[in-house]
Amino acid sequence: MQIIKNKQLLAGDNWSFAADDSEIGDSGDITVSIERWKAAKHALLQRAGKTGLRLRPADDVAVLDGDLDGVELIELDFSGFGDGRPFSQARLLRSRLAYQGEIRAVGNYLPDQVYYLIRVGVNAFRLENEAQIPLVLSCMDDFSVNYQASSI
Amino acid sequence: MYQYTDDDQTLIEERVAQFRGQTRRFLDGELGGEEFKALRLMNGLYIQTHAPMLRVAVPYGLLSSRQLRKLAEVAREYDKGYCHFTTRQNVQYNWPELARVPDLLAELATVQMHAIQTSGNCLRNTTSDHLAGVSTDEIEDPRPYCEIIRQWTTLHPEFAFLPRKFKIAVSGSERDRAAVQLHDIGLYLVKNHSGETGFRVLAGGGLGRTPIIGQTVKPFLEIKYLLSYLEAILRVYNLHGRRDNKYKARIKILVKETGLEKFTAMVEDEWLRTRDGMLLDDERVAAMKAQFTPPAYDLHAADAPLAGLEDAGFARWFKYNTVEHRVAGYRVVFLSLKAPDSPPGDITAGQLDAVADLADQYSFGEIRSSHRQNLVMADVRQADLFTLWRKLDAIGLATANIGLATDMICCPGLDFCSLANAGSIGVAREINEALDDIDYLHDIGDLKINMSGCMNGCAHQSVGHIGILGVDKNGEEWYQLTLGGSSDNEAALGERLGPAVAKNRITRTVTDILAVYLQLRLEDETFLQTVNRIGLEPFRERVYADHKK
Ligand code: SF4
Repeated sequence: MQIIKNKQLLAGDNWSFAADDSEIGDSGDITVSIERWKAAKHALLQRAGKTGLRLRPADDVAVLDGDLDGVELIELDFSGFGDGRPFSQARLLRSRLAYQGEIRAVGNYLPDQVYYLIRVGVNAFRLENEAQIPLVLSCMDDFSVNYQASSI
Repeated sequence: MYQYTDDDQTLIEERVAQFRGQTRRFLDGELGGEEFKALRLMNGLYIQTHAPMLRVAVPYGLLSSRQLRKLAEVAREYDKGYCHFTTRQNVQYNWPELARVPDLLAELATVQMHAIQTSGNCLRNTTSDHLAGVSTDEIEDPRPYCEIIRQWTTLHPEFAFLPRKFKIAVSGSERDRAAVQLHDIGLYLVKNHSGETGFRVLAGGGLGRTPIIGQTVKPFLEIKYLLSYLEAILRVYNLHGRRDNKYKARIKILVKETGLEKFTAMVEDEWLRTRDGMLLDDERVAAMKAQFTPPAYDLHAADAPLAGLEDAGFARWFKYNTVEHRVAGYRVVFLSLKAPDSPPGDITAGQLDAVADLADQYSFGEIRSSHRQNLVMADVRQADLFTLWRKLDAIGLATANIGLATDMICCPGLDFCSLANAGSIGVAREINEALDDIDYLHDIGDLKINMSGCMNGCAHQSVGHIGILGVDKNGEEWYQLTLGGSSDNEAALGERLGPAVAKNRITRTVTDILAVYLQLRLEDETFLQTVNRIGLEPFRERVYADHKK
């Protein structure tokens, strides 16, 4: 597993996802669901480790409006590359909720989608297949011109 | 006609390079079949019964003679010497070889053409009125807005993976010739009480399996809000459209299931938050309008008389294949792609080249494609008509049948399409032969027969005056008929005639229907008017008479 952030390959990364029914320790950087965040925000933020969110495509980002203080990472979990909802989620997180932290694509997206994802505000990518790193990096520059404004 | 800037050109060239990489990865086994399918569809490439089929975009149906010549060259080099015009004003090649498609696209890019978003679950080609800019009933030319929308939809980063395909149409005239009400978003240019131009916005129309007529979501939208409103509709659709069932994924189902009022409220809520951030400024609109200024018309065109009407063939062609132009002394000419012996919409490379030359000579070098799979020369001097007719006749493009029964629209059907239940081209030919008598054809008058080979309805059978749909009955080809459909201002979906008929009865059924019309019509009444007045019963009685005995 590798992370590309702001078009650079990161040396290491300590984020992991904590499922709703899992125990959470004091240390470690973890992402949780919106439900868990809403239910246990204070406990989560008092931990030594950092806290982030993992959004499913069906999640409504509007419920996070004004509620992103302390969130250091938002993962958009692609259930399938054909499901385009995360593109709108990223867009809304950046332009409507003014979220400035890291937005990371995880799960089942295609290298061919990273150019679009960057334009809607995603700035980091988790790659399961390390052999694809050069391809993903080159896809980030597929186009040099655009017809629409980007997020941010 | 819109001319590409350097940026426009760069973008389509980079798209070719991107697609070349995707094709190479697929052929090398680095990219899976499912993944490549999604990516190639977004570039108009299907894998069909015999070979890949490539759909090339013709934005709002406008082509230059240079582009026509390139289409001809591509037809020769990469296909079997012909191509096909679709009901969406686009062009299809039926025989390109997958490995060569990137080269084909690179060729097209040299004349500002591409295949971007001509298929797949994304924003498709924006379509419009084939008489834009020249019709006598125009409120405003829709093409500048079409081009603005084309640019906005091209590689839109947020809406590239929608629940399903998404089509936008724009009409700027009183008579709707663009089937606006049958699109995911339909835009009519209208004037408000104070005389300002804006859009009436419709949403939720669409053909296919569940045909639905679009409903008005905004009676008057100021021009400056065009893109913000489109974005709001698209965002609501992208987030809330159904993704669990591809047959329920079009926006028409979302509008229907949500209810028009609630859907409109969701769009408005979204729009109010974004509209001020993305205004379409007057300057941009003016600059775009400047790309569509009228050609240098001959101010004395009306002085040169229309000659040749004593020739019956020319007179007939003049009557059916030309229409009034807003400039005196000019006519709009239709080139029929419905000659009795060729599949509807098909054109050969030789014909394309010849049309390009004629367009240069007689119509300012421009050609348009229409929704009924014909071509249009929009600006022909009346004094040139007779000569042009003779030249078109010599290349088989002067069949005098525009708007008549043999001007059928027809999908590729079983001959080319892997989804088809039944053939359509052969049936079209058979019906054509049965209607061969010119006097009979002209007596029937205005008639739209639309025929699709399966439920997907690519030939819009549900809005044909007579709609024919191929269905599969235990492995045999059968045909389901509907009557009374229309895609005009009074859009309507055809009503089912009755049980499907077998292939050997379809032509007979059509002629029976026409016989009932000729028998029961009142003076001057068109087929559609008669159907609307008398209902389907008299037609049923005749068609199914044998069964009752
Ligand atoms: S209507 Fe059906 S058979 Fe005809 S082209 Fe469309 S998908 Fe193919």
